[in-house]
Amino acid sequence: MSTAAAPVRTSPAERGGLSIPGPRERAGDRFFRLIVTGFAGLILLAAFALAWQLMSGSLQTWKTFGFSFLTTSVWDPVQNVFGALPFLYGTIVSSLIALLIAVPLGVGSAVFLAELAPRGVSDAVSFAVELLAAVPSVILGLMGVFVLVPAVRACEPFLTKWLGFLPLFRGAPYGIGLLAAGLILALMILPYITSITREVLLTVPRPLKEGMYALGATRWEMVRAVSLPYARSGIFGAAFLALGRALGETMAVTMVIGNAPQISASLFNPAYTMASVIANELAEAAGDRHLSALIAIGLVLFGVTIIVNGAARLLIYKVEGRK
Amino acid sequence: MKRSLLAVLAAATLAAPAFAQQVATLTGAGSTFVYPIHSKWFDEYHKVKPDLQINYQSIGSGGGIRQFMEKTVDFGATDGPMTDEQIAKIGGAVIHLPTVLGADVPAFNVEGVTELKLDGPALAGIYLGTIAKWNDPALVKLNPGAKLPDAAITVVHRSDGSGTTYCFVDYLSKVSKDWEKKVGKGTSVNWPVGLGGKGNEGVMGLVKQNPNSIGYVELIYAMQNGVPYAAVKNKAGKFVKATVAGVTAAAAGVPMPKDYRVSITNASGKDAYPISTFTWLLINPKNADAKGAEIKDFLRWMLKDGQGMAPALGYAPLPASVKAKVAKTVETIQ
Repeated sequence: MSTAAAPVRTSPAERGGLSIPGPRERAGDRFFRLIVTGFAGLILLAAFALAWQLMSGSLQTWKTFGFSFLTTSVWDPVQNVFGALPFLYGTIVSSLIALLIAVPLGVGSAVFLAELAPRGVSDAVSFAVELLAAVPSVILGLMGVFVLVPAVRACEPFLTKWLGFLPLFRGAPYGIGLLAAGLILALMILPYITSITREVLLTVPRPLKEGMYALGATRWEMVRAVSLPYARSGIFGAAFLALGRALGETMAVTMVIGNAPQISASLFNPAYTMASVIANELAEAAGDRHLSALIAIGLVLFGVTIIVNGAARLLIYKVEGRK
Repeated sequence: MKRSLLAVLAAATLAAPAFAQQVATLTGAGSTFVYPIHSKWFDEYHKVKPDLQINYQSIGSGGGIRQFMEKTVDFGATDGPMTDEQIAKIGGAVIHLPTVLGADVPAFNVEGVTELKLDGPALAGIYLGTIAKWNDPALVKLNPGAKLPDAAITVVHRSDGSGTTYCFVDYLSKVSKDWEKKVGKGTSVNWPVGLGGKGNEGVMGLVKQNPNSIGYVELIYAMQNGVPYAAVKNKAGKFVKATVAGVTAAAAGVPMPKDYRVSITNASGKDAYPISTFTWLLINPKNADAKGAEIKDFLRWMLKDGQGMAPALGYAPLPASVKAKVAKTVETIQ
């Protein structure tokens, strides 16, 4: 790596009045700067190399199918016809279901932890929530297969009975499918939403809250009128970060989604996600075109997660800038 | 003098082939299906010949073929043979050496039914979705007396690409024109219906959990899980339940081509189990240095002693006729 910029010479005043290093240390500083710049550069290089690999590896697919790769839904490795739409659909819909469940739950519990719970309880529960985020996804997948899926299978007939007028809740109760995938993802992203939202709520300035109380507001009114609006962009950021995680989640989803590349109105039906199809088919993809199509899916997933994570970063910077 | 002694010692401990004119490690990659028997073999062979270490990575047949073609491994292992196109790409420099055989069984979970008989068209119909209920006339006709429920069939297949799938759809392609036309064969296919489970254990789990389901798994998984599996009608018209002997019988009933790339699904032979397959080692006919001799030695041992270890792990050993042929081919390796 030779991208290190020439060291910037700073005056002692700029160094905050620290004792001025002698010439020898200065050489050491320079060396140190070179090394860490190199490290930082390596990270950038890795990211670009990844993007480059994905692009060059999937070139064949883009040449053959062009944009229709994203808009067609046949995935046939035997005939070498590939369309990624069912995977895009499965990835996005399962993640949205997860958000729909996890955001209200997560924000609700964060409000409890930040505003209502005694400090000790709040800290203990937050610690537990953060532990939940560290559970390996394959463990959650196992739990999904043995606990969640049978439970979903048992509930599905009732959902059909009460909500069957919606096409979302019709179909054979397999247990595994989009709904189970969405639920397991909700469980996985819940800790992110809860802990980030709690942090953001704790940054709400005290005087604002006290002002609300002074006006005779109830706690609910204070939360609704001050805390939540103040923390709004932080909560959005948390949701987007969680979405990023949900989009890329592979193992647990593969175990419960049913892995059928189809687009159907019902949440009971099996579906497929981008990450799952790569995990499932890469090892045995003998044909060049099949391999290229899988890498193309990787590129699409890479793009989607970058966009989502980028949006999340922007929102979080916005809220942090206000601290 | 002292120095050269040190060099020899270093070579022996570090197994650096540059110093010792002898290969100390062989690397292979490929099929996950054969991984249990491979690790058994390589482990046992290491006891017989301590100065040779064989490393095998079960990255999947497709990956094995790729790595073999790129010459990053000394041998590959695959459940589906390489295509003509792939062989042409490496100038024909490959020997497909059959090692053991495996079988797929249709495991099912239907309340009150422990014995089920299926034939090719019925199985193809179920997986095409044209036979959607257990009391379909085609199934009732095959199973007079069985209490087949008026319930939808939950079809389960593998979601990950696999040699198990290749064997199963290869069979369906042979017995059903519809299947051949609409789906075809490969390690991953475009399934018309069904749920996908990851790995044999994933399929087994789905079959066990879902009432009125059917799914294909390797013989050993059905045996270990105590799940009932169907007898399948073979070419001779007999219903055969998969056994190690039935699979070996299938291999004996097929004329063996020179390059061993043969599918033994739907084999003739009275006792042949129809959903069986060879698995192959991919060997380079000409190997660098002493590697050829090492590979040869191992293969001789595999044919003589290794075959006997197969049945305990759920694989069928090669029939005698094939074994004799393979032994001759092994001697041609350089």
